[in-house]
Amino acid sequence: MSVLKRTVIGVTMAGAIAALVLPALAEEQAPPPRHKWSFAGPFGKYDQGQLQRGFKVYKEVCAVCHSLSMVAFRNLAEPGGPGFSEAQAAAVASEAKIPDIDDKGAPTERAGRLADYFPSPFPNELAAKAVHGVAPPDMSTLAKGRTYERGFPWFVFDMFTQYQEQGPDYIAALMKGYEKPPQGFQLPPNGHYNKYFPGHNIAMPPPLQDGQVTYDDGAPQTLDQYSQDVAAFLMWAAEPHLVQRKRIGSQVVIFLIVLAGLMYFTKKKVWHDA
Amino acid sequence: MSGHSTYKPQNKFLQWFEKRLPVGGLIHSSFVAYPTPRNLNYLWTFGGILAFMLGVQIVTGVVLAMHYTPHVDLAFKSVEGIMRDVNYGWLLRYLHANGASMFFLAVYIHMFRGIYYGSYKEPREVLWILGVIIYLLMMATGFMGYVLVWGQMSFWAATVITNLFSAIPGVGDAIVTWLWGGYAVGNPTLNRFYSLHYLLPFVIAGVVVLHIWALHVAGQNNPTGIEPKSNKDTVAFTPYATVKDGFFMAMFCILYAWFVFYIPNFLGHADNYIPANPAVTPTHIVPEWYYLPFYAILRAIPDKLMGVIALAASIVILAFLPWLDTSKVRSARYRPLFKQFFWLFVIVCIGLGWLGSKPPEGIYVILARIFTAYYFAFFLIVMPLLGIFEKTKPLPNSISDSVLGAKV
Repeated sequence: MSVLKRTVIGVTMAGAIAALVLPALAEEQAPPPRHKWSFAGPFGKYDQGQLQRGFKVYKEVCAVCHSLSMVAFRNLAEPGGPGFSEAQAAAVASEAKIPDIDDKGAPTERAGRLADYFPSPFPNELAAKAVHGVAPPDMSTLAKGRTYERGFPWFVFDMFTQYQEQGPDYIAALMKGYEKPPQGFQLPPNGHYNKYFPGHNIAMPPPLQDGQVTYDDGAPQTLDQYSQDVAAFLMWAAEPHLVQRKRIGSQVVIFLIVLAGLMYFTKKKVWHDA
Repeated sequence: MSGHSTYKPQNKFLQWFEKRLPVGGLIHSSFVAYPTPRNLNYLWTFGGILAFMLGVQIVTGVVLAMHYTPHVDLAFKSVEGIMRDVNYGWLLRYLHANGASMFFLAVYIHMFRGIYYGSYKEPREVLWILGVIIYLLMMATGFMGYVLVWGQMSFWAATVITNLFSAIPGVGDAIVTWLWGGYAVGNPTLNRFYSLHYLLPFVIAGVVVLHIWALHVAGQNNPTGIEPKSNKDTVAFTPYATVKDGFFMAMFCILYAWFVFYIPNFLGHADNYIPANPAVTPTHIVPEWYYLPFYAILRAIPDKLMGVIALAASIVILAFLPWLDTSKVRSARYRPLFKQFFWLFVIVCIGLGWLGSKPPEGIYVILARIFTAYYFAFFLIVMPLLGIFEKTKPLPNSISDSVLGAKV
């Protein structure tokens, strides 16, 4: 009994210390607001309409500076993604200019094909840096490569609630997080103040504003909508097999629960007269 | 203690074969007739779970290796290629990455179980030390595997951990250069880590064979910590232990599947989805969760060399456990004081893990120092002294007595 007591006291004390001390230590950084994502949770799926809108935002706005080098045009027509037809994806590809080498060995440019990857806006990182000061990061894994600190005890709960959308939440918040710097904040030239960016000084100017991209499915053409759509698109770009993963996951977990149940009763029977 | 095999194959060919190579008899005596204490609880299923996890890691790893390219310019891309273009590559990689975490989770439960029930005590010292060697090999393998992804955390973890050797006086820098194969973490480092990451699991498998061999010589410990005295105290490995192991393995797989399919990146670090960049240092460099307690110990000590020594000592000390623990009684069940110190030790280890993930500043450093002090005190002060001063509870006469006269 005293073990239990000690354990409980120990854990409580650790919790109390943490609760008292941690807020004081935590940097003053507002956590991004949580959005409702169609791909969250055990049965989550990408919303095709949203991915198509997000792709439009990416193509018209982000792609001017950011590369998406690990995504190919064919991916646009693959199952579990934005759901473009192969013809549509090929049409998107054909608009792109892909550097190649012709029959005589001379460098040339040709129209993109389904097998090509999205071309980058700059030939290399240095060229991007020369124009922007900081090279805009490649967007292929951005939605998994960005997060924010959840802290104790939230990260423990996340294990059970399956909250895995810190990346898209952060990206959507970043799009909307541009503000006037507070009094006394030293913003370097070419810097922009963003509420959600670590350290608040971000090189990227506010990329999106209301009405900037024309949607043809009637979705609101607002900054809020753009931010969520592009964040969802980037999540797909980073994790294109998410839908398949979660579907197989349900099958595997159901199978394992049945298996474990059968094993349990077998075990009981075997041990009955041990 | 190995069960006497009564194995006699029916099949004519198997009889012929058995005469020439009695492998069937070996399997039969080790995994069928082998007597196991009848009172083993579910904590004893983790040995089987660990063997299963090693198998999963080797099988997924061998297939991943067919698609991976160990080159600084291509490693990250090839991992993404596995995630995107290889059929079920995402599944293989998530099984492998989360498999490492599950492997360590299981090994920690296995080790804490060994400490709680005094499984390292005479005559199982060699069995325990082989286990510590497996654990060390696992740490090396896990670390190098994490580097192969060649993301930001991979690169900087490799830099930080290899740099620890530079603390060795005189030859430290030369050793680090030798480890790197150059003057910084680079392509030669990645190549040799890949080679070793492929090699070490098979070394682990070899030591596992020795570990199981030693186990079958001494026999399993059990929750009472007293040796089986008669046939009434044991049951045959098959079907009793096999079905029990099987059930709990299925339970463990549910947890594993939960991580793989629903929260595959929960235990990873977002920075490792950014390609390695030697020019940009991440704000917090943290190792994988299973190294965090040792990372906390390292950083709790203000001096680099002393920190490295403490880090190494915190692992090596485990090998001396059979002689640090002076108690005649094995199981914590009959050791009321040890039980309390043990649970405090578990809390301290988890606490150190949490502190390892925090920046080394303010209250975190102070807590890490207190916890580190307890970590070592548990082995160097509590264990030797308790054996002398602790008043233990009376032991049952036999295992079957403790089970049948069950008033626990």
